[in-house]
Amino acid sequence: MTEASGASCTPASSRGWDEVLSAAAVSRGYGHGRGRIEVLSRVSLDVRPGERVALCGPSGSGKSTLGRILALLDPPDEGEVVLDGEPVRATGLRLPRTVRQQVALLWQSPRTAADPRLALAALVTEPLRSGGRRHRPPPAAIEAALAARCAQVGLAEELWGRYPHEVSEGQLQRACLARTLIARPAYLIYDEPTSMLDVSTQAALLEIIAAEQRDRAMGVLLITHDRTLASHWCDRSVELAGVASQVAPEPLLQ
Amino acid sequence: MNPPAFSVRDLGVTFATRRGPVTALSGIDLDLHPGTVHVVIGESGSGKSVLAHALLDLLPRNVTLRGSRHLGAEDLAAADARRWREVRARHLAFIPQSPMSALNPVRRVGPLLVELARARGVARSAAWPAVAAALRSVDLDPERIRSSYPHHLSGGMAQRVVTSLALVGSPQVVIADEPTSGLDADLIDRTAGHLANLAERGAALLVITHDLTLAQRLGGTTSVLYASQLLERRHTGALFDSPAHPYVVALLDARPERGGRPIPGMPPELTALPGHCVFAARCTRVRAECRREVPALHPLDDGGVRCVLHAGVQQGVG
Repeated sequence: MTEASGASCTPASSRGWDEVLSAAAVSRGYGHGRGRIEVLSRVSLDVRPGERVALCGPSGSGKSTLGRILALLDPPDEGEVVLDGEPVRATGLRLPRTVRQQVALLWQSPRTAADPRLALAALVTEPLRSGGRRHRPPPAAIEAALAARCAQVGLAEELWGRYPHEVSEGQLQRACLARTLIARPAYLIYDEPTSMLDVSTQAALLEIIAAEQRDRAMGVLLITHDRTLASHWCDRSVELAGVASQVAPEPLLQ
Repeated sequence: MNPPAFSVRDLGVTFATRRGPVTALSGIDLDLHPGTVHVVIGESGSGKSVLAHALLDLLPRNVTLRGSRHLGAEDLAAADARRWREVRARHLAFIPQSPMSALNPVRRVGPLLVELARARGVARSAAWPAVAAALRSVDLDPERIRSSYPHHLSGGMAQRVVTSLALVGSPQVVIADEPTSGLDADLIDRTAGHLANLAERGAALLVITHDLTLAQRLGGTTSVLYASQLLERRHTGALFDSPAHPYVVALLDARPERGGRPIPGMPPELTALPGHCVFAARCTRVRAECRREVPALHPLDDGGVRCVLHAGVQQGVG
């Protein structure tokens, strides 16, 4: 029995060949009529378990739009998102929890992402506590997950009772990372790790994500305009080139 | 060198909070000379934004401010709220952190800029031409911008609009707080160019940033803040080539191109700063004397470093 449960933790062993988060010929625009802007036009992108993919491009090229579509928060106008072989037909809360929690999005600005009414402990454990009593783990399990995740991201226990305005940007982003990891997503989308954080905090968070990735083959999509970071941290890089972008996946030479 | 346009001595800022006093800055000396660039880098919570707000006297009421601030020869300790408004309007230009929230969303950009030019003392008839020239110098089309509302602008355009504000009426001192956060690489390059341009026109420029690449591009002098204290101040090139303080060495090594090694541990809580070197708990070269007292700012050839390893040494080590 222990053998079996051990095996289920090893990377990719429990996951089949079609395990991939992909955008298939996705198009998306904003606005109506003459004011309409096509941001993405037939863009395809795959993220496989254990992989680190960088999504690069200038402001307005649709990086964050594609990120939101892949995070199952926004529907594409055309094309589809395929999660582990199954096309995803809905977005956000219309999706079953089991599907929704497969993909997590870590926002670039923790100040605006974190609910200011929640203390850090509640913020971190909210994904476990949401979704009705039947799905909720027992309080002891939630406590244990909180302790484990906070230890993982380096969030000291005296900070758990603090509210977002009482901690630094770096501490809050650590809490947000713990929150995204607590539901054990198969894929993590990280939007602009560099724009708000200093290099040391950024390196610390990326190291935590890398460790999680080694543990259970989580797929990571890093949305960034920092090509240095993309080339040093990611396995490959995908460039979105402005409006009506065509994706040209090209492996980066390390 | 010209006398400083703005200078502070022994600046300290303490916030009174529910959890007790928070020391956000202590013992900061700073001279901003006309035509030069001074960059302040540091991680979040190091006190760099508080420094900008302290210079502009924009801190909230729960603050105790120590030390002195001088605009040219004028001691601003004597300045009342009215004088401060005048100082901010005429002499100190501020490029705020998030340009979108800095612009009034219900006013067209043109009239807003003209009003600012008037506050800087530009004559009514000369105000729009001055604003138009400033907009052109940041590669914006004045006629298009004039009738736009802030929500018509992209993030990069809004950033350039607030940068152009610093050009109108030639303020002596320009303080930019994280002028590139949220911008992509091309826009960061352009913003760096515009900022450097301000210094060339004779302004004393203070840039506060966590973006090390921007700091390197701007040159000038760089100060490194950590847990409310100034740890190192050098010529920017020298600081990046041969950092002296162990913290700065570790910070530069955390860059992705240098291996992305995070500095182990966390910065100290500002409510409970140690009575010794603030970096001692994370320092790989810590010694017994590091835990005795806060080290002095030891002079180097081109600046200073707050570390006992450099006591009596006149050169940086790599």
